Amino acid sequence: MLIKTTPSIPSSEITDEKHYLQRRDFIRLVGGAAMIAGAAPWLQACAGDSPIADFAGTPGPAVLPGQSPISNVKPAVITTTEKLNSFADITSYNNFYEFGMGKNDPQRHAGSLTTSPWKVKIDGHCAKPADYQLEDLIKPHQLEERIYRLRCVEGWSMVIPWIGIPLASVLKAVEPTSKATFVKFTTLHRPSEMMGQNDRSSLAWPYTEGLRLDEAMNPLTILSVGLYGKTLMNQNGAPIRLVVPWKYGFKSIKSIVRIELVDRMPATAWNQSNPEEYGFYSNVNPQVDHPRWSQRTERRIPAVFKSHQTEMFNGYGDQVASMYTGMDLRKFY
Amino acid sequence: MQRLAKVLLFVAALLPAAYLTYGLFNDGLGANPAEALQTQTGIWALRFLVLTLAVTPVRRLTKWNRVIQYRRMLGLFAFFYAFLHLLTYAVLDRYFDFAGIWEDVAKRPFITAGMLAFMLMVPLAITSTRGWIRRLGRRWQLLHRLVYLSAIAAAIHYLWKVKIISGSPVYYAVIIGALLVFRIGWQLWTARRRGEAHRV
Repeated sequence: MLIKTTPSIPSSEITDEKHYLQRRDFIRLVGGAAMIAGAAPWLQACAGDSPIADFAGTPGPAVLPGQSPISNVKPAVITTTEKLNSFADITSYNNFYEFGMGKNDPQRHAGSLTTSPWKVKIDGHCAKPADYQLEDLIKPHQLEERIYRLRCVEGWSMVIPWIGIPLASVLKAVEPTSKATFVKFTTLHRPSEMMGQNDRSSLAWPYTEGLRLDEAMNPLTILSVGLYGKTLMNQNGAPIRLVVPWKYGFKSIKSIVRIELVDRMPATAWNQSNPEEYGFYSNVNPQVDHPRWSQRTERRIPAVFKSHQTEMFNGYGDQVASMYTGMDLRKFY
Repeated sequence: MQRLAKVLLFVAALLPAAYLTYGLFNDGLGANPAEALQTQTGIWALRFLVLTLAVTPVRRLTKWNRVIQYRRMLGLFAFFYAFLHLLTYAVLDRYFDFAGIWEDVAKRPFITAGMLAFMLMVPLAITSTRGWIRRLGRRWQLLHRLVYLSAIAAAIHYLWKVKIISGSPVYYAVIIGALLVFRIGWQLWTARRRGEAHRV
């Protein structure tokens, strides 16, 4: 399917593609050359016919410990000409309270998380519930690159080249029944490796999130397993996370272990923590302020000025606005 | 000797600003340098405010009377970092959009509290000179009690700013609270002792 690209981008923000394209050549190179041992086991398990190639772990600037390159990815269909954020920015500035509340905490502490083997349970109102090994969950589907804007509720944003599969294909495979109206997601709960989960003043663990079924089935919604041509770093939600680009970042739940088809709106972590500030929908909306700050503008990392105008539905209105026709988005924030 | 101590204190108090300036131009403040500047200038304003408020208790408890000589400088550095903190908001976040700033101050309690904390420091900074101390006489001391209100507003500003109230904002609120409670306790205690002395 073809989805419209975003026009009218100021020339100052036009992509410097050279950097990323060179990176891709490099990844193709090492990815092809290195079908040897040493890669993440879940990648090894699907070597050969899998779209994800193995990697030997040859030291190089682009592949860090805990990462493997991904090949055979369908190039970006949904694209933007905005400048991509650097890999360093994307992996050093994160909200992932399981590893601490500071922006740099996830990078410092997430290395301790074991992401292999990794199972994802998909159950609830569906004909074929299943416990998937991660590789079996991914294997049947075509990996795609999706370059999306990510807008954090705190007022900053990035442009990230995700790699993932449409959530819709995963859900269709388990055949949701007519009772399924919402989808509930749950993050891993493992306080021994996720030190933030020992902090009682933090969120109620495990982290949960939810989408309405039509939102979950929207073609923009993906389960991501990588970015910049490689598997996700732990601080970005390895090994598998949700990406819902028209909603504030906290909706895009990380390190998922369970996806449940449910018949009522599920409780979500931030909504439980502070219902006045974080609604279930949390669509990006410049008209609806956060109680403590305006959402009209955002700071495009690493800019110093918070001068980027925030767009309705984060600029994805053409693809998603119809799902909210007739809804008062001030009430359902 | 005292002069040297003051110079050293002055230089030390400028180090955070120097570090931030260096980081800003050498890619040392991470992916969101504006946020780092804002957080750090705010934290340093609070730290100097705490140090300023600690002078009197330290003096009372240790009888180290000369510590009072450093109080003005500490207070002015609290003001200096609070001013930089306000600038990061007004310039980097709001880019001199005064209508937007006014809207924030009116609508958002944590910004109201922060702005109040800063505004209360302005007359204190202005009247910190020897000339003003002489001119105001006893009223100077009365006026400078505004620092208590400023500190309370600053602590509240920090508590309301964060998404989840824990850690650092709580510590600062507790420390500021303790420094204020000390004053009340000291007043009551000395008043009682004076009363007893009378009776004897």
